[in-house]
Amino acid sequence: MEKFDTMTGVAAPFPIVNCDTDKIIPARFLKTLTRTGLGKSLFDAMRYDPKSREENPDFVLNKQAYRNAEILVAGENFGCGSSREHAPWALLDFGIRCVIAPSFADIFFNNSFKNGILLITLPQEEIDKLMQDAENGANARLTVDLQDQEITRPDGSKVSFEVDPFKKHCLLNGLDDIGLTMQKVEKIDKFEGKQKAATPWLYR
Amino acid sequence: MTKPRTLFDKIWEDHLIDVQDDGTCLIYIDRQLIHEITSAQAFDGLRMSKRRARRPEANICVPDHNVPTTPGRGGTDEIDDEESRVQLEVLEKNAMEFNLPYIPINDINQGIVHVIGPEQGFTQPGVTLVCGDSHTATHGAFGALAFGVGTSEVEHVLATQTLIQKPAKNMRITVNGRLPAGCTAKDLILAIIGKIGTAGGTGYVIEYAGPAIKDLSMEGRMTVCNMTIEAGARAGLVAPDEKTFEYLKGRPQSPKGGQWEQAVEYWKTLPSDPGSTYDEEVILDISEIVPQVTWGTSPQDEVGINDVVPDPNQVSDPMRRASMERSLEYMGLAAGTPMKDIIVDKVFVGSCTNSRIEDMRAAAAVAKGRKVASSVYAMVVPGSGHVKAQAEEEGLDKIFIEAGFDWREPGCSMCLAMNGDMLLPGERSASTSNRNFEGRQGPGGRTHLVSPPMAAAAAIAGHLTDVRDLTEE
Ligand code: SF4
Repeated sequence: MEKFDTMTGVAAPFPIVNCDTDKIIPARFLKTLTRTGLGKSLFDAMRYDPKSREENPDFVLNKQAYRNAEILVAGENFGCGSSREHAPWALLDFGIRCVIAPSFADIFFNNSFKNGILLITLPQEEIDKLMQDAENGANARLTVDLQDQEITRPDGSKVSFEVDPFKKHCLLNGLDDIGLTMQKVEKIDKFEGKQKAATPWLYR
Repeated sequence: MTKPRTLFDKIWEDHLIDVQDDGTCLIYIDRQLIHEITSAQAFDGLRMSKRRARRPEANICVPDHNVPTTPGRGGTDEIDDEESRVQLEVLEKNAMEFNLPYIPINDINQGIVHVIGPEQGFTQPGVTLVCGDSHTATHGAFGALAFGVGTSEVEHVLATQTLIQKPAKNMRITVNGRLPAGCTAKDLILAIIGKIGTAGGTGYVIEYAGPAIKDLSMEGRMTVCNMTIEAGARAGLVAPDEKTFEYLKGRPQSPKGGQWEQAVEYWKTLPSDPGSTYDEEVILDISEIVPQVTWGTSPQDEVGINDVVPDPNQVSDPMRRASMERSLEYMGLAAGTPMKDIIVDKVFVGSCTNSRIEDMRAAAAVAKGRKVASSVYAMVVPGSGHVKAQAEEEGLDKIFIEAGFDWREPGCSMCLAMNGDMLLPGERSASTSNRNFEGRQGPGGRTHLVSPPMAAAAAIAGHLTDVRDLTEE
């Protein structure tokens, strides 16, 4: 996993509430066997005309100012629905490394952090300000500093945010969860021994 | 005196391996279901880091999401679509390489992960069970802590048999009253989601309790727990009882011999202690509900069948109003239209929400002796090979076929429209599945979520209709 410490980038305004993972990446693109290459299908239904397959010029990420956006400022309950990790893979493959919203769905939340995407939860009034900034397009970049847990707005003012300390630690150091858990293998062995004695029918 | 514990607390504590200073927990995972869509990258990850599956026998691999449901379908090698065929072949290859139990496409045990887990007795009270699929909540009907995970977590479980988690908050939804005639578990859960909203359960595990839940069959409880994720909660739970034990007795993977009594004894200790407290409590009475139907593009967008499409102008919250307007535009519906006037093109009876034997029976009871409207294409997709066989033994397939329904092979099918069973742009369905998201059943497709009897009734009428008008004549 790539490390995340600090980044400065264009933020795209995406004020849709309950944006589900089917919207982020529709099921017909899930036949892939790899984690990469999904960026072109990100937000497919909104991004392309369903018949001609041409870009929809009104969709935010098709506008010149946002083609290289690295941050999304979104509406509440972003990422609800399916558990598909293809959703964060598609975001990452497009170049989005940070999403800021009033709330996120649980599974999407975990999936994103495991792929090095920082999700920031902020109260609606802070989101409104950042949404305003994002509306200004490429002229208005946001800087996200994970170490200091701060977003710097184009006018220099700062917005601080909360982040789970363990997730922060993993992101800052690009740590692989499995590697970390493997260090606890003795505890897992011990647990299994105990469980096997208490509920033997779970072991065949 | 020890503090009373909830069902969730008990399962959690029985699986806790380690707690870090920052509160992050390592919990043991007893069971994992694996399907073709969310696993290939996990197996790749294992290969790349030269890791093995820690407990192969704790998994079941089965193709379901992307299998053809064409009657008389052949094996994997007969699938026309190359990408789909390869995806299935890769699942089989991975299962062999990592030595995991695998069910092939034409085995009678094949079916949707959430239908076969309970069928096999793989799902049991008190276990932790995961799957790379958000509807894993289904298995909570047995008093198992079951939730959907992403592919990285599938890999994590394969390698370590554990997951890194934070404990969830407890919510109890107590459902009082009796389900009225014409209403099913599906109507009950749609009504609950309509009440608490699609994000209402975020961060919680929901325990369903109360007389109306006790009254439900295991199938009905599975339908309710299945859609828990549609309320934003990762897991739903129902306390195990005699019905649970009865369902599990004699299943292939259920405890055998003396271990059965030992297991039942343990299972009986699981229900929440009297006096348990919850972070959130919701109480509702369902005696007065009518069959439910969705009008929008979120499962919370539901009304009674005798209502009209709601008017965004009556809503004060500007965000909510905007999202309703967008939904109505996508759905091609005008505010004020009676729900009963909405014409449907396709009807889908199936999915892990409603493809069990009881659902088949309920839909067949409405279809019996009637005909599908000539303007409608209607399909019934049983949830597993066993459901299909049982339905055929009871003659339900004949009822469906005579009425003009297509009777198909098990799989996810038009629930997520990966395998070619799908809506065309602008087409409208009455569907027993769980998601009416934009494009879920095909790009530009429009979905109305309903119960199996309501779906059968819509197929016959050619439009959404109140099933009670058909059956109470
Ligand atoms: S039936 Fe639908 S919701 Fe259920 S597992 Fe399959 S795709 Fe997911």
